[in-house]
Amino acid sequence: MESLSNKKKQLTVKPLTLMEKAYLPAIVQGLSITMKHFFKKPVTIQYPEQKREFSENFRGMHSLKRDEEGRERCTACGLCALSCPAEAITMTAAERQKGEENLYREEKYAAVYEINMLRCIFCGLCEEACPKEAIYLDGDIVPSDYLRKDFIYGKDKLVEAPLNQ
Amino acid sequence: MELTDIAIKFGLIVIIFGISLLVAMYSTYAERKIAAFFQDRVGPNRAGPFGILQPLADGAKMFLKEEIIPANATSFLFIVGPSLAILTACIGSAVIPWGQDLVIGDKVIPLQVTDINVGILYIFGVVSLGVYGVMIGGWASNNKYSLLGAIRAASQNISYEISMGLSIIALLLVTGTLSLGEIAKQQHGWHWNVLYQPVGFILFLVCSFAETNRTPFDLPECETELVGGYHTEYSSMKLGFYLFAEYINMFISSAVMATLYWGGYNYPGMDWVAAHVGPVAAPLIGTAIFFAKIFLFIFFFMWVRWTIPRFRYDQLMDLGWKTLIPLAIANIVVTGIVITFFN
Repeated sequence: MESLSNKKKQLTVKPLTLMEKAYLPAIVQGLSITMKHFFKKPVTIQYPEQKREFSENFRGMHSLKRDEEGRERCTACGLCALSCPAEAITMTAAERQKGEENLYREEKYAAVYEINMLRCIFCGLCEEACPKEAIYLDGDIVPSDYLRKDFIYGKDKLVEAPLNQ
Repeated sequence: MELTDIAIKFGLIVIIFGISLLVAMYSTYAERKIAAFFQDRVGPNRAGPFGILQPLADGAKMFLKEEIIPANATSFLFIVGPSLAILTACIGSAVIPWGQDLVIGDKVIPLQVTDINVGILYIFGVVSLGVYGVMIGGWASNNKYSLLGAIRAASQNISYEISMGLSIIALLLVTGTLSLGEIAKQQHGWHWNVLYQPVGFILFLVCSFAETNRTPFDLPECETELVGGYHTEYSSMKLGFYLFAEYINMFISSAVMATLYWGGYNYPGMDWVAAHVGPVAAPLIGTAIFFAKIFLFIFFFMWVRWTIPRFRYDQLMDLGWKTLIPLAIANIVVTGIVITFFN
């Protein structure tokens, strides 16, 4: 029958030649190939001690940034939570009190800011959505843990270390 | 026999037993390391420096695992299986000549537990007993996969034992003796049997791969078809014994190959060395050379394992019955003709 795609290939099973039937030449060839690999440098990266170099735009763990005076930039607008396709981000907003101007840049701030790292897909839409340049996925790989509840990262793990410390 | 002789014999047995277990233990480590190197990996390196304590950790793990005997298994035979496997693996070393006679003062200590005059037949007997461990274990498990694995092991071992025996007959035509000690002595210097019996050696090598159930003949434990093969139902140290027996078998068959074909403890220039280092050190150097040969063979076993995929079952039988046996018979005929007309 005429082939419709014109890509039909007629395959035939060739009988083995005596050389192939003898196995040994092929085996010797195979052995020499594996022996070449024996002396090659292993490609293993010994992970906890040794880390693979990431590309510059690698998206790892999130961090909530501070401005140049050490104040939290986040104003709890909720755009990151809204943009998140995995619905990993939740937050509770609070009003800045008098005397807290050195802690929060805007009049509204996030009292609670939680990211569920098991839900997060590290797409980076939150950092694109943020109007205050407050969140960046510039951290390391999220470490492993034993309990699901320990993967919900609060402000204690997300906010950048304060200045002068 | 005097008491000291008995003590020396006993010591020798204990030493050889210990060495076989030690070598088997570190063969598991070597296997994993060598596999890693062949695949551009590092291999076990966490337990101790270079992972050198890995076999101990594995052993401890094996002992601490839960031991399960299936409800419908024949529990007596289920236990006998691995015991028989490890027992037959261990007793093969009794007839292997590990070195020349050690002369200390006026005492002559042969480095061979017993030089029975039918040493090769003894080895064959032990090897063919070895398959009982696999068969009994596989049958007693009351599991289809185990039974299939056991049947495969049995038919494979029977098929390849024939060509193994035939390849040995050609060797016996050359050496004229069945005693392993005598065969080792005849290969003094560089008169290694492999030079007179290259085809016989290759046949023997292929058959010993099949007898030890190593790749490419590891069909009895073919995971893709038979889950775990004959040891599917085994757990804990009983599984450990099966795996351990394979490595001891590998060690013993390497020793047998080195003795029969590669000169045993002999090496070129051994007379010169013996004249210079004295009567005590010379046999020990020979023993060291013998072990070097054994380790080379063990390395070769592993090298082949990480190179060649396993045979299909019909290919296995084809190779055994249609290629190796005729080749072995032809080898006997040619050897016989050459010996009759040219010697």
